[in-house]
Amino acid sequence: MIEAKNLTKRYGDKVAVKDLSFTVGPGKVTGFLGPNGAGKSTTMRLLLGLDHPDRGTATIDGKRYRELTTPLAAVGALLEAKAVHPGRTAYNHLLCLAQSQGIGKKRVSEVLDLVGLREVAHKRAGNFSLGMGQRLGLAAALLGDPAVLVLDEPVNGLDPEGILWVRTFMRQLAAEGRTVFVSSHLMNEMAVTAEHLIIIGRGSLIADCPTQEFIERGKKQTVLVRSPNADELSEALTRAGGTVTRNDDNELSVEDMDTTRIGEIASAGGYVLHEVVPQRGTLEEAFMTLTRESVEYAGTGSTHDADAPKSGGEAR
Amino acid sequence: MTATAARPTASTVASRATFGGLLRSEWTKLRSVRSTGWSLGLLALLYPSFTALLIGLTTAAWDDTAASDRELITGDPTTVILGSGFLISQPAICVLGVMVIASEYSTGMIRASLLAKPGRLSMLAAKGVVLSLVVLAVSLVAAFVSFFIGAAMLSERVEASLSDPGALRAVVGTGLYLAMLSLFSLAIGAIVRRTAAGITGVIMFVLVLAPLVQLLPGKFGEYAHAYLPTEAGILIGQATQQEGSLLTPWQGFGVFGLWTAALLALAAFLLNRRDA
Repeated sequence: MIEAKNLTKRYGDKVAVKDLSFTVGPGKVTGFLGPNGAGKSTTMRLLLGLDHPDRGTATIDGKRYRELTTPLAAVGALLEAKAVHPGRTAYNHLLCLAQSQGIGKKRVSEVLDLVGLREVAHKRAGNFSLGMGQRLGLAAALLGDPAVLVLDEPVNGLDPEGILWVRTFMRQLAAEGRTVFVSSHLMNEMAVTAEHLIIIGRGSLIADCPTQEFIERGKKQTVLVRSPNADELSEALTRAGGTVTRNDDNELSVEDMDTTRIGEIASAGGYVLHEVVPQRGTLEEAFMTLTRESVEYAGTGSTHDADAPKSGGEAR
Repeated sequence: MTATAARPTASTVASRATFGGLLRSEWTKLRSVRSTGWSLGLLALLYPSFTALLIGLTTAAWDDTAASDRELITGDPTTVILGSGFLISQPAICVLGVMVIASEYSTGMIRASLLAKPGRLSMLAAKGVVLSLVVLAVSLVAAFVSFFIGAAMLSERVEASLSDPGALRAVVGTGLYLAMLSLFSLAIGAIVRRTAAGITGVIMFVLVLAPLVQLLPGKFGEYAHAYLPTEAGILIGQATQQEGSLLTPWQGFGVFGLWTAALLALAAFLLNRRDA
């Protein structure tokens, strides 16, 4: 179990994580979602004792990371940035990590098999593709057979096959009863992988709920209505219990009311309808609506570009 | 929701935290990157070959050498032999010492290291022990080989032997100096955390700045120079004490040790305090 209590971290005068509290339970994949720069990586670094929180605590099964005597046997971590010397072979990379806590050579070979890197075990990690690098990172995370896994953007930059592999792998680890905490900025990816979501924006908690609940919330329907009598229609719909937003002179967005009811009300009032279109919200839209206000840098392109530059907080 | 399988929270893989394990881990790290082989190989190769080259030039030009210079050589052949290949080979140790820690920062490996060993001070200690022992072993071999090559080449002019006063101490001392230099560089690397800056800084200091302090005028210059880490430290690699020297060889080495200890303490303090 992972527990964050009132975590706060600032870099210079920039607050990366603000009074963040949550718990992550065992036996399921918990998604850690937020736009780029939301503070996901920072939170994970605080959790793993790499950075020091300015306030608050982060514990794993009740202990701070630094208090763990053989941390690799308790927590496996995959960090977004490569944490491997490119000149060292995969085998030696894992071996030096294993030796630091008395884990045997046999286990090194086991995890290499587990992630499918046996063939390239004696190749230098610098020549690895992104996908192989991620596999090596996962192998390191699994060295000590830990009950808790902390994975920062594990599917970032992977091809579809790699994504599927990581997804299946995470589910399997969770099914074995482990705590799997995985960050991503891709809502759709988390929707198919995670059972529980913790969503943050600008370093603060936005939502902490089961994925299913979030999906229901995202399905809330909006109906687009175009009518030359928009003014009067808007009033009538509001009176009948709809939530109406005016888009322009003759266009309305109506919530809390279905198309049938809107048609009936328009007909009863004698208003002309040019268009009545139900807008099915996607999960991605729900996520974006939720985090819109907290997006750090809204670019001209997509804010969900994996290669978008990170804010100061996450770039470290 | 998947039913939570009953799983013991304890790991099924045997693990144990010992300092010996950390030493093995650091040894694996050191031997598994190319820069180690390059640096130590250069030291082992350059030191004896430059000794041979410079002593060869000296003996070839013996008849044209001023009498006072000949006296310097015959008076303390050990120091002349050890000193000739030394200047060119010690940068290899500076590079290795800085790289051992700074390359972990430049590659991101430091995060994996600290995840495996959140007790950062013991990680630094293990690094220091492994690095200095390996450098000591290679340096001792290089120093002895250089001495014997140089002594053989000078034998027509002057007899140099390990039984000369201070000779054995100077040869072993050269190894000790280089081992201490590796720790000195490690500390700088840990403080600076950047390979290029660290390497440039250490080499500039050792080869350029420290010797230049000699030129400062008066008593101040004399004292300042004598107590500089590497200038004091190298006294241990000289067989006879220069006239008017402010420190004995072991005192000099002690001064170098204190500087290194202070820098390592600063490095340890910063390592613990800074975000990785």
